Amino acid sequence: MNPSKSEWMEALTARHGITLHKRFTSATVAVCGLGGLGSNIAIALARAGVGKLLLIDFDRVDITNLHRQQYKAKQIGCYKTEALTENLLEIAPYIEVKAVTAKITEANLADLLKEADVVCEAFDNAQAKAMLVNGVLEQLPNCYLVAASGMAGMDTPNTIKTRKVMKRFYLCGDEVSEVADSIGLVAPRVMLCAAHQAHTVLRILAGEYEV
Amino acid sequence: MVKVNGTELDIAGKTVSEYLAITNYDSKRIAVERNGDIVFKSQYDVTVLENGDSLEIVSFVGGG
Repeated sequence: MNPSKSEWMEALTARHGITLHKRFTSATVAVCGLGGLGSNIAIALARAGVGKLLLIDFDRVDITNLHRQQYKAKQIGCYKTEALTENLLEIAPYIEVKAVTAKITEANLADLLKEADVVCEAFDNAQAKAMLVNGVLEQLPNCYLVAASGMAGMDTPNTIKTRKVMKRFYLCGDEVSEVADSIGLVAPRVMLCAAHQAHTVLRILAGEYEV
Repeated sequence: MVKVNGTELDIAGKTVSEYLAITNYDSKRIAVERNGDIVFKSQYDVTVLENGDSLEIVSFVGGG
């Protein structure tokens, strides 16, 4: 049986302190793309008590996703938005999740993301990443953006890092390791990058803007 | 001189598009920051680089 909402909030407050707890629970964070990056980012933010998660993806869970993405075998074939919502609410029953099954484009991103305090770019396609980054920086002047580039393969974990590119734009990853025929994505290195993104989001919400 | 990702280059007077054309960057995979602000994609053709400008080009790779 789930604990009550007041027990839940008390436990989070005890861990984070009242100031951080209020900042986390009052925030809305968008996760764009619910693959290896996005599913891990969303779980980390849900555990931290981020008040509202906006999840956006057009795809369904595939058997080839399960080596790195936070889904279960029985969820193969489900929309990622629906499967991840289910998993998140099992972990953290008192967050609010808004899931949108749609493809994000230059034309719809401002409307889809307008309520977000912070947007996480978690796509896997390089052109889609660039489209979202340019779109958010051009169209949403008050929004923070945490993107990712370069986390494929078996290279050392120690090259995954976070840098602040400009005022509202942070970039995580090694910036070079691209997916190719002979170089895939392995769970821990993708999770490292997702953890950089999720932690950067929490730091922004905490008012810590430098890396 | 214009600083591009930390390196001083003699490209003042060129537009962002003209500079990108002489590089290997794929314009569909990048974001360009000039003096701390994003350069809108629609402005690459008309944004002229000036002496002392600082340009940061982020090029995305696939995977996520």
